[in-house]
Amino acid sequence: MPDIKFQNIVKRFGKVTVMQDLNLSIGDGEFLVLLGPSGCGKTTLLNMLAGLQDVTDGAIMIGERDVTDLDPKDRGLAMVFQSYALYPTKTVRGNLKFGLSARGLSRAQIDDRIEWAAGLLQIDGLLDRKPAQLSGGQRQRVAIGRALVKNVDVFLFDEPLSNLDAKLRTEMRLEIRNLHQELKKTIVFVTHDQVEAMTMADRIAVMNDGVIQQVGTPDEIYQNPANLFVAEFIGSPAMNLLQTRLQVHGSDVSAVHKATGTRLDLSAYAFAETPETGQDVIVGLRPEHFNLDRTNDGPVGAEFALPVRQTEKTGNDVTMYLDNGSDGLLAVRFDQKTHNVPPTGARQVVSFPANRFDIFDAATNRRI
Amino acid sequence: MTAQDVSPFTSPPQPPRRRKKRIRGSSIAVLAFLTMCAAFVSVPLYVVIVTSFKTLDQIALGDIFALPTTWTLEPWRKAWSEVCAGMTCDGVSAGFWTSLKILFPSLFLSIGISAVTGYALALWKIKWAGTFLFILFLCAFVPFQIIMIPLVVLNAQIGLYGSIWSVAFVHTILSMPLLTLIFRNFYKDVPEEIVNAAIMDSGSFWRIFLEIILPMSGNIMIVVLILMITTVWNDYLIGLTFGGVGTQPMTVILANTVITSFGEVKYNVDMAAALLTAIPPLVVYFALGKFFVQGITAGAIKG
Repeated sequence: MPDIKFQNIVKRFGKVTVMQDLNLSIGDGEFLVLLGPSGCGKTTLLNMLAGLQDVTDGAIMIGERDVTDLDPKDRGLAMVFQSYALYPTKTVRGNLKFGLSARGLSRAQIDDRIEWAAGLLQIDGLLDRKPAQLSGGQRQRVAIGRALVKNVDVFLFDEPLSNLDAKLRTEMRLEIRNLHQELKKTIVFVTHDQVEAMTMADRIAVMNDGVIQQVGTPDEIYQNPANLFVAEFIGSPAMNLLQTRLQVHGSDVSAVHKATGTRLDLSAYAFAETPETGQDVIVGLRPEHFNLDRTNDGPVGAEFALPVRQTEKTGNDVTMYLDNGSDGLLAVRFDQKTHNVPPTGARQVVSFPANRFDIFDAATNRRI
Repeated sequence: MTAQDVSPFTSPPQPPRRRKKRIRGSSIAVLAFLTMCAAFVSVPLYVVIVTSFKTLDQIALGDIFALPTTWTLEPWRKAWSEVCAGMTCDGVSAGFWTSLKILFPSLFLSIGISAVTGYALALWKIKWAGTFLFILFLCAFVPFQIIMIPLVVLNAQIGLYGSIWSVAFVHTILSMPLLTLIFRNFYKDVPEEIVNAAIMDSGSFWRIFLEIILPMSGNIMIVVLILMITTVWNDYLIGLTFGGVGTQPMTVILANTVITSFGEVKYNVDMAAALLTAIPPLVVYFALGKFFVQGITAGAIKG
């Protein structure tokens, strides 16, 4: 069973280098999500793995095989596309069959595989329909089925859920996850949707500008973002970032918010690098970690008393935006169950637990 | 009684409002222009049709717009099977069969080759594809008359000259630039992901073409088919210069019959022969015209 390795991948379009010396390995049977904003190179990376785009330099290994210069069909991969890319003139059966008959399987084998995949995805009843006669969700299933029948070890998904409505997306998310657990195949899944990434992935590789920013489990990525980009990209609403300056007195570390002068007590934070007085750092505070009262357990790292500018309610969840001076708005998320929603303009006291800070060097944007 | 009638606020039912139709100055101008255009074609056509049904005696009277006093099919029969073209007197029917024999190879060769070329240029990464396309584009504008004599020499040297295949071959070559451009532009709209999916599934150039791309080409095939049938059937110059004595298409025979005349000019037979020659493309157009418009406007993928 294969694992996948990208080794020192370089990709240039003409004179523009979009990827420089990229390395990534994907374990056997792993569900890896490539996550990043539009244009970050995640689809390019996937296409290079599929063989649909050339690699300028470097090597791609699947198991022990160097597939860098192999034809797409010889790589032992199957891919599900964003637009499903079903063959419009073929029936569902024909769609599933095309890749198999090209492989020279016997008719009985082909029928067996189609039956198996159709049963697994519950598209048995649709086999004689044309893609135009299917709904979006059904097309999606057929597209997955077309990949499944090939019985390969590695499946590639290129934003396959982005054309579905919210409800179907949630269903398909679970279903793909279940398929993975059932089949135990390696899956590389490209998406820009962090919810998809967080809910489905074994590991997430966050990409930006052709560079892999961080690879880790969803928890690692969320709790210990390696740099400012990951911190901002993961989480909704995005992490609040405060421009501060450090003050160190022995083991006592604090930061002063430049815009408001608020003091943040960072003593409980496990610094990876020794903090220095006068160092400019960016302190990240996740909106969902704020407390609206002091009865909550744990020592308080910072306290803000700021006017409410706006509140957004999404059912039980409330996000309120507090005016934080020249640093913009401070987003705070809380449960409507436990707190009343303050009126706009009111002064709201919020506190932040001492052990929840994320701290980044202002010069390098890296976590310290 | 319905609920509506009970309501005290219901106003009495209003008659449906009439849309006021007003003919404006601009539409009059457009109508006049269109009428002129239509008359420009239909008046001569009318003359041709009525003349073909007249007797020579009536034609001699000179009133070309009059309806036939006695309708006769005799000119049509003569035109089809008796009229003389040069030394032979077999009517235009001989040319009809030759034209058919030229038409089918021309269609198969030109459409087949252009479709594959267009498919390759549009969907496969080919070195110099842009340059090649540009050269093709230029070729589409080279007048046939310029390259006619070298082509004749070339045909003679490869031993094709004077046969049906020579005419079909020249038709294929000359129509390739335009047809390739048409196919290439059509296939350019095939979604990239479908092609990618097919490449991952099979990777075979021919298999993808035959199983995926060709079945999607119905619309454009009809457009090209009509275009080619009309071009090949109505062609005179290629048939004249490349067809041998026994292999001249209908148009050439028609011209010869009209030019050849012993004694009086049989206008009615000439007209009937002309109409007979013009009928096949018309039939094709009437049968497939609906799809022609569809094919031009529709892309590769519905919806």
